[in-house]
Amino acid sequence: MPAVTETREQVEKLGQSSYKWGFETDIEMDFAPKGLNEDTIRLISSRKEEPQWLLDWRLAAFAAWQTMEEPTWAKVSHPPIDYQDAYYYAAPKKKAGPKSLDEVDPELLRTYEKLGIPLHEQALLAGVEVPEGEEARMPIAVDAVFDSVSVATTFRKTLAEAGVIFCPISEAVRDYPDLVRQYLGSVVPVGDNFFAALNSAVFTDGSFVYVPKGVRCPMELSTYFRINARNTGQFERTLIIVEDKASVSYLEGCTAPMRDENQLHAAVVELVAMEDASIKYSTVQNWYPGDENGLGGIYNFVTKRGACRGARSKISWTQVETGSAITWKYPSCILQGEGAVGEFYSVAVTNNRQQADTGTKMIHIGRNTRSTIIAKTISAGHSDSTYRGLVRILPKASGARNFTQCDSLLIGDQCGAHTVPYIENRNMAARVEHEATTSKISEDQMFYCRQRGLSEEDAVGLIVNGFCKDVLKELPMEFAVEAQKLLQISLEGSVG
Amino acid sequence: MSDFLNISGLHARIDADGAPKEILRGVDLIIAPGEVHAIMGPNGSGKSTLSYVLAGREDYEVTSGSVSFKGQDLLAMEPEERAAAGVFLAFQAPIELPGVNNANFLRTAVNAVRRARGDAELDAVAFLKTVRAATKKLSMSDEMLKRNVNVGFSGGEKKRNEVLQMTMLQPSLAILDETDSGLDVDALRIVADGVNALRSPTFSALVITHHQRLLDYLNPDRVHVMARGRIVHSGGAELAKEIDVQGYASFLAEAA
Ligand SMILES: Nc1ncnc2c1ncn2[C@@H]1O[C@H](COP(=O)(O)OP(=O)(O)O)[C@@H](O)[C@H]1O
Ligand SMILES: [Mg+2]
Repeated sequence: MPAVTETREQVEKLGQSSYKWGFETDIEMDFAPKGLNEDTIRLISSRKEEPQWLLDWRLAAFAAWQTMEEPTWAKVSHPPIDYQDAYYYAAPKKKAGPKSLDEVDPELLRTYEKLGIPLHEQALLAGVEVPEGEEARMPIAVDAVFDSVSVATTFRKTLAEAGVIFCPISEAVRDYPDLVRQYLGSVVPVGDNFFAALNSAVFTDGSFVYVPKGVRCPMELSTYFRINARNTGQFERTLIIVEDKASVSYLEGCTAPMRDENQLHAAVVELVAMEDASIKYSTVQNWYPGDENGLGGIYNFVTKRGACRGARSKISWTQVETGSAITWKYPSCILQGEGAVGEFYSVAVTNNRQQADTGTKMIHIGRNTRSTIIAKTISAGHSDSTYRGLVRILPKASGARNFTQCDSLLIGDQCGAHTVPYIENRNMAARVEHEATTSKISEDQMFYCRQRGLSEEDAVGLIVNGFCKDVLKELPMEFAVEAQKLLQISLEGSVG
Repeated sequence: MSDFLNISGLHARIDADGAPKEILRGVDLIIAPGEVHAIMGPNGSGKSTLSYVLAGREDYEVTSGSVSFKGQDLLAMEPEERAAAGVFLAFQAPIELPGVNNANFLRTAVNAVRRARGDAELDAVAFLKTVRAATKKLSMSDEMLKRNVNVGFSGGEKKRNEVLQMTMLQPSLAILDETDSGLDVDALRIVADGVNALRSPTFSALVITHHQRLLDYLNPDRVHVMARGRIVHSGGAELAKEIDVQGYASFLAEAA
């Protein structure tokens, strides 16, 4: 039927141009020479005016990395990556030392404005006039990382008054060296895996959060990562430490320009939660996914791990993964303290030629530790998505409990979804439950929705959001709305 | 005067495991504004197929014939465009949408057609007011709005939910495909009331049914018998009574 073909073509066109964050910022950059060797690492370290211990730490990581091989167990495939053919340091030029917002390059401010990331504190403060038709937003402190450096961090004063430290990690190295030295690499050791070792050798910036004893962080913290420069890897490092009875909610977002070549993003995130502490870590990952034929896009190879060190501590990961050509990512919890709680809520969407291999590891060490895993996988187009999860219960973890629910939703019949749950239970008094389902958006469902007046996009959006709602409700309110829209945009062109 | 709905020489087939199977074999039917028509006929005669083709289901291929609706070529329109233009189909087997909240679905649908018809969208409060009024009129509990679309609904609940959607979407042509099947007397009454409440000079209905009882409540202007993909006989409301007593046998002989 020609009418149908035509719509499909129109919808497909929409799909191609639906990545709305794909523009490039023209700004003068300072690059380290291409390639990866000890000199590159020394140069990064000296640009950042780092102490000797950190340079030594990086060099040790580099030495470890050189003995390691890229992991091949994930269900993803890509041409070999030439690690010598990339830049490892790229920073916008006019960068001075510590700065107020007024000193930030206006071109950068415009970039973040275009991305919808508020960097103007005034406009955000409660009670200040809100443009008509827009709802007043809760203030959110933002750390904006542009390629290799943090360009602005907002609300630092307000946070400092509460005792919360929120700053670029490069500054934390300078201002809080003891804290950084104590915790950096304590959750993800330098030689943990190939990509973590690489990150440890060359990481350039990222966020540092410290919430002291008894403090509930007064606002949401968020870091916004932007890759802009060509042929440049992004290796950010995030370290969040929350002391006894303290809590924080942290969100990260990320985008990149549309480019034909693949770019590498290998981040490491470490979380430490002490007694009765709670960390809520939310991610809306929207790196450029490549075009409909699989050209370009970000390789997202990320190590995220949280240590629930104290009794009754809690770490909750929520992720909405819509971007990247390849996603390789397993945010995990080490449940050490008695009664510690780990949670993993995930929505992973792949369309066109995207590949995702993502999941979590819940390591139950302490008694009565509990974990919950809710993973929703949506595959469309020619994409392929795998949930890979490990639940490990150690002998001392009596009374430990895990509940895992993995659901896959397929759109069309060219895509794949796989579930790989590993369960290692070494304590008879622990309870592990696993449920899994696979479903498809049927033609009947599409026709029913369209008969009621919904467009194909609206119908898919409604069904997908229904499928994901157990995860989306875990996101901070404002981001849940964004995430819903993002899901719909990511799946544009997937039906027809 | 241009006809409201004019189906002329409609042939449609479906691809049944690689072999085309002709199901509609020259359907002719004219419905004027404000009229209620009933279609009766044995199982497998093509009644549901006709309703799907009118609503725009893509797996049926129209091989010849035409359908004009309010002066437009209905067959050239997408299903959602037909819905916006006023076509509503109450499904013989309503579809389940797991995870999709019934009220949210209804509001999204209502606002989609309102937008397409150039009406202002209903905000959450206005919608809730309208839907509460509708459920009350249909003796439905609001609890049904909180559940997922048709998931775990009993047969009767599904049918009532279809009538609720019809009420909210304000169609100008409602096609009801055996909405009365499997309903008890009270539920039947609700369906009939739902249709009768919409009756106006700008609302028409095409009611597919096996039962005289629903037609007692609706008092149709015309009754048609469908057999082997064609309308083989038409008459007034009394024809339904005749069929109730005699069955379809005599009309089938006519069609052969
Ligand atoms: N998807 C399909 N594939 C094959 N045959 C079909 C399909 N849909 C309908 N038919 C056939 O078309 C004929 C008419 O079906 P239908 O329109 O459902 O009749 P009715 O509603 O009058 O009972 C039946 O013989 C049925 O088996
Ligand atoms: Mg039927």
